Amino acid sequence: MTLNLSVSPDFPPTHLSGWFIFNTWLQRQLDTGVHLELYDSFDAQREDIRNGKIDLIYANPYDASMLVRELGFKVLVRPRNRADETVIAARADDPRNCVEDLEPGVKIATTADPDVHTMGMIMLESADLDKDNVSFQEYDSYVLVAKALLNGQADAGFFLKAGYDELSELVRNKTKSLVSSQISVVHHTLVIGPRMQEHAELLRERLLGMEEDPKGREVLKSMGLDGWDVMDEEETEFMIDLIDTLIE
Amino acid sequence: MSEHDTGSVEEVLIKYYDGTERLAKVVDREVPYPDGKLIVSRTDPKGIITHANRAFVEMSGYTREELLGVNHYILRHPDMPAVAFKDLWDTVAQGKKWQGYVKNLRKDGSYYWVKATVIPNIRNGELVGYTSVRRKPSRSKIKESEALYATLR
Ligand SMILES: Cc1cc2nc3c(=O)[nH]c(=O)nc-3n(C[C@H](O)[C@H](O)[C@H](O)COP(=O)(O)O)c2cc1C
Repeated sequence: MTLNLSVSPDFPPTHLSGWFIFNTWLQRQLDTGVHLELYDSFDAQREDIRNGKIDLIYANPYDASMLVRELGFKVLVRPRNRADETVIAARADDPRNCVEDLEPGVKIATTADPDVHTMGMIMLESADLDKDNVSFQEYDSYVLVAKALLNGQADAGFFLKAGYDELSELVRNKTKSLVSSQISVVHHTLVIGPRMQEHAELLRERLLGMEEDPKGREVLKSMGLDGWDVMDEEETEFMIDLIDTLIE
Repeated sequence: MSEHDTGSVEEVLIKYYDGTERLAKVVDREVPYPDGKLIVSRTDPKGIITHANRAFVEMSGYTREELLGVNHYILRHPDMPAVAFKDLWDTVAQGKKWQGYVKNLRKDGSYYWVKATVIPNIRNGELVGYTSVRRKPSRSKIKESEALYATLR
């Protein structure tokens, strides 16, 4: 039986090839066929997850709740030092310097990334801004969000911090951060589905050992990761509880 | 921080729901909510603190050791009306999410406002505790809450 691996559509495109390399590594470890299925859209991916088409997924924290609490997935590991933080940025020459300087009617550039969008909205609340008094334009990538700021199509943009940090220096220097989240306990996780539970123990062991092994290190590097850390069930539940307090 | 802070210092007797009380120093001085942070704590089903993140430790002015194992009412500010907390406990007891604006008392007697969300933690169908996550409130919501709570005390 071929298993299906997928990755939340929010990873930086520079790491696309890394996931193919990881998939090859994975097949060797498990000695079984694994197909990597990638998506452009969060909704299309969620639909396939719900239909039981995915066995292993590098999930964004927002989807972890559905995967773990509704669909019986289990968290195998989490990436080290890769908390998901959100930045709200504006043009560098904009007179507004903090979120509270933004006023009703502002135009926000965002992406379909549910984590970043949710956290961005929470950080706007302190300025009495919400979906009813701001307008949104959704873009396919953080590079495009930055472009929308620079060419004046938007007043402020929501970025995954990692995406903001990966903008070219030229572009980033023309923007400034109004606020940056510091939550530290919300991050992606590698979660394994019910059809694949028999491989869980072996796979966790191999994942944790990747950084010890030169080949494994190469694979990690190509995905832009430092290594994996254990995440126990209660830590997962805690993260999901925390996210539950942030969504409506 | 708040335009009408006077900096006045008082000793106030705070009476808790469980019959205990303490004489607390209360200073009319606001400490601003830190941008971008979430203040997170967890309690057992009775409201005893079991987890505090760094932002919680920093904002409360207590050490983590002082917070763990004590009742969450250690942060209760005398300006908060009892009905607000009754509503909190009634809501979470039904397994629902509670959201509200809370003025908290720091160890040094000054205060900070939060927008708090409290949810029950369910594990294998059983209630094991509660999680509270606070975020930065807007000035207008603080003003509204001050006015409302003054009428409820
Ligand atoms: C998870 C959780 C977090 C709480 N956080 C606070 C808080 O930050 N400040 C506060 O005054 N009360 C908080 N409470 C409510 C207290 O338990 C308590 O009801 C309140 O301080 C009033 O004290 P009293 O009920 O003894 O009168 C929290 C309760 C729970 C369950």
